[in-house]
Amino acid sequence: MTFSKSLAMGVAALVLSAGTALAQSTEIRIGVALEPPALDPTAGAAEAIDIVVYQNVFEGLTRIDQTGAVQPDLAESWAVSDDGLTYTFKLHDGVTFHDGSTFDADDVKFTFDRILADDSVNAQKALYAPISTVSVIDPLTVEMTLSRPDGLFLFNLGRGDAVIVAPESAETNATQPIGTGPFAFVQWNRGSRVMLERYEPYWGEKPALTKATYVFISDTATMTNALLAGDIDGTNNFAAEALPVFENNPQFKVLVGSTEGETILATNNKKSPFDNLKVRQAMAHALNRQEIIDGATYGYGVPIGTHFAPHHPYYLDLTDTYPFDPEAAKALLAEAGYPDGFSATLKLPPVAYARLSGQIIASEFAKVGIKLELINMEWAQWLEDVLTNKDFDLTIVSHVEPFDIGIYADPNYYFGYDNPEVQALNEQLNATIDDAERKTLAQKIETIIAKDAVNGYLFELAQTGVWNAKLEGMWQNAPIEGVVLRDIHWAE
Amino acid sequence: MIPLLRGHPRLLVGAGISLLLALAGLVSLVWTPYPIEQVVVAERFLGSGPQHWLGTDHLGRDMLSLIMSGTLTSFLVAGLAAGIGIGIGVPMGLAAALWGGWVEWLVLRVSDLTFAFPAVIVAILIATLVGPGESNAIFAIGIFNIPVFARVARGGALTLVGQDYVAAARLAGRNRIAIAWLHLLPNIGSLIIVQGTIQLSLGILAEAGLSYIGLGTQPPATSLGLMLRDAQSLFLIHPWLSIVPGLAIVVIVIALNMAGDGLRDALDPRLRRQELGHVAG
Repeated sequence: MTFSKSLAMGVAALVLSAGTALAQSTEIRIGVALEPPALDPTAGAAEAIDIVVYQNVFEGLTRIDQTGAVQPDLAESWAVSDDGLTYTFKLHDGVTFHDGSTFDADDVKFTFDRILADDSVNAQKALYAPISTVSVIDPLTVEMTLSRPDGLFLFNLGRGDAVIVAPESAETNATQPIGTGPFAFVQWNRGSRVMLERYEPYWGEKPALTKATYVFISDTATMTNALLAGDIDGTNNFAAEALPVFENNPQFKVLVGSTEGETILATNNKKSPFDNLKVRQAMAHALNRQEIIDGATYGYGVPIGTHFAPHHPYYLDLTDTYPFDPEAAKALLAEAGYPDGFSATLKLPPVAYARLSGQIIASEFAKVGIKLELINMEWAQWLEDVLTNKDFDLTIVSHVEPFDIGIYADPNYYFGYDNPEVQALNEQLNATIDDAERKTLAQKIETIIAKDAVNGYLFELAQTGVWNAKLEGMWQNAPIEGVVLRDIHWAE
Repeated sequence: MIPLLRGHPRLLVGAGISLLLALAGLVSLVWTPYPIEQVVVAERFLGSGPQHWLGTDHLGRDMLSLIMSGTLTSFLVAGLAAGIGIGIGVPMGLAAALWGGWVEWLVLRVSDLTFAFPAVIVAILIATLVGPGESNAIFAIGIFNIPVFARVARGGALTLVGQDYVAAARLAGRNRIAIAWLHLLPNIGSLIIVQGTIQLSLGILAEAGLSYIGLGTQPPATSLGLMLRDAQSLFLIHPWLSIVPGLAIVVIVIALNMAGDGLRDALDPRLRRQELGHVAG
């Protein structure tokens, strides 16, 4: 009696689970390595925030598509004055926030006033500094005036840092994000997952998915098992060393794409002996880029010779500026007054590409006489020591911001490069709108910083996604930080 | 020494293997087949072969060289940690046995308190204060060892303080420190050596654990636990990289335990039934 009853319940459970398996065709569970510290992209620099909410929960006036191009979003169209100083945006009608309130021009003004306020905690405040006024013409028209022309203005409006927030919910977005996007926030189980569900009154085209869960799994072995067991349906960026597990498995597809992450051996240009050009050139000659790419990224990284993304139309291939040549490196070190080399420290943040590259570079540098002491640190300590206090010799880090060559024009940035020529060129670049002219200027800067060997230019990080073979619509490349759910759907 | 070994095959095998491994570790100070910091990415993931007897790891480093060097780290950390335990724990235990009263109470309560914090907790504390590293592991395991030796020393000494020769020494006017040094310490020596061997094997296990979770040895130095950590995400593709250091840890720990058991039997048959093992947390 009891036995048959439990058997019947077992069968019922089986039927139920089969039912959920079918119903799952509009749900997705995505594994993500890092849990975001908060969920407000306008108040934090962490990429993990954008991965969950960018274009899913929050939207900006423009958005970046998967090719890196600017598309209209909350602004359905715009007009630019001839001097490039006045932008008039026509806003979409019928847009609501997830709490039901209506989106209008006042929200746009509020958002940008908040970004530009003195007490703003926006991570990219400097990008929006050219905005001098934001005025509401009518509820669906906003006019922005700039203090100088800005060639990247529309792109910058499409970043996660400039998504539109409502005055009523801005303060609580960190824990209870409320935006205008196709997905509304449901729940955040700290240390475990964030759940989103489709926002039915969404103004635009409705996405195919009804429910999305971001599951936080920091350990590669655990992520591997979660994928194999079907606990998650995919991950946007999986550890390259374990990719072969999925490469020949028909149940999965591996998407290898580009990111905006230039990985560099950042060098303290203000500190001796690195203030000596010959020393920096010697280090550039001592780097065996291909070995670093094979060892640290399992061959998935793309070599770079300057601080620019190789897939960008402005990119100039400068990898041969200082080719791998240990003898030339030794000769340059001798010329610089270090015939027996020198000792230095290499501070490494807790990411696999940095820790592995560090060991490989230490071995390569040892061959030309430069002895490196590796110091492993956690992110908080790295941010304080290296980025804030500039207390370092060398470090390895990936700069993941799109089009971030402007950091070479800031003498107070952590690697301390002070070249008036680059600063002048960068100012000219920022004020230029014509594409051909911009390209020329950008390439001039690329060449100067490559010749000056400001930093060791290693490789562009790849994005290596692993997804269930039946999933479609994921971004192969990552022209901007985020995992955009808009087009993801299950194939029949 | 030889007759002592003959009657105890476990001691012979255990001590033999332990000494051999310790020797291999010591050799790594002056010679390894390949330098351990030499990265040759083009030659990574090689299986075992004439060039590299145990193959190469994910950075093309020779596994045999890494194992030799890692074994040295293990013995060094566990040995120094046992040294800390003996150096502080034994005097504490002797003092407790000789003075009694509040001294004994204090030693026992301090022991209880230290036992309450596993080595990992102590290691996390030290890592937060001064950053992770080998010395971190040595102190964390060393602190854990102190109460173990304090209890063994006190237990051994308590059975001796009532003996006539100790009473005679006291009547002859020797102070307590001299009694401890001349009469108690030599007689509990065998207990300490046996316990030391067992703590050595537990220390090696603890060091591997701490390095595995990233609180112990840091690259480019190596340890068996760190090798396991590096190999973890590669386990499904290159299981060999995990099996080699894993087996090395197992062999060292079993050999040391056999040596410890054998020593106990050989040095003091009366202790045969007494439980000496303590489990590291």
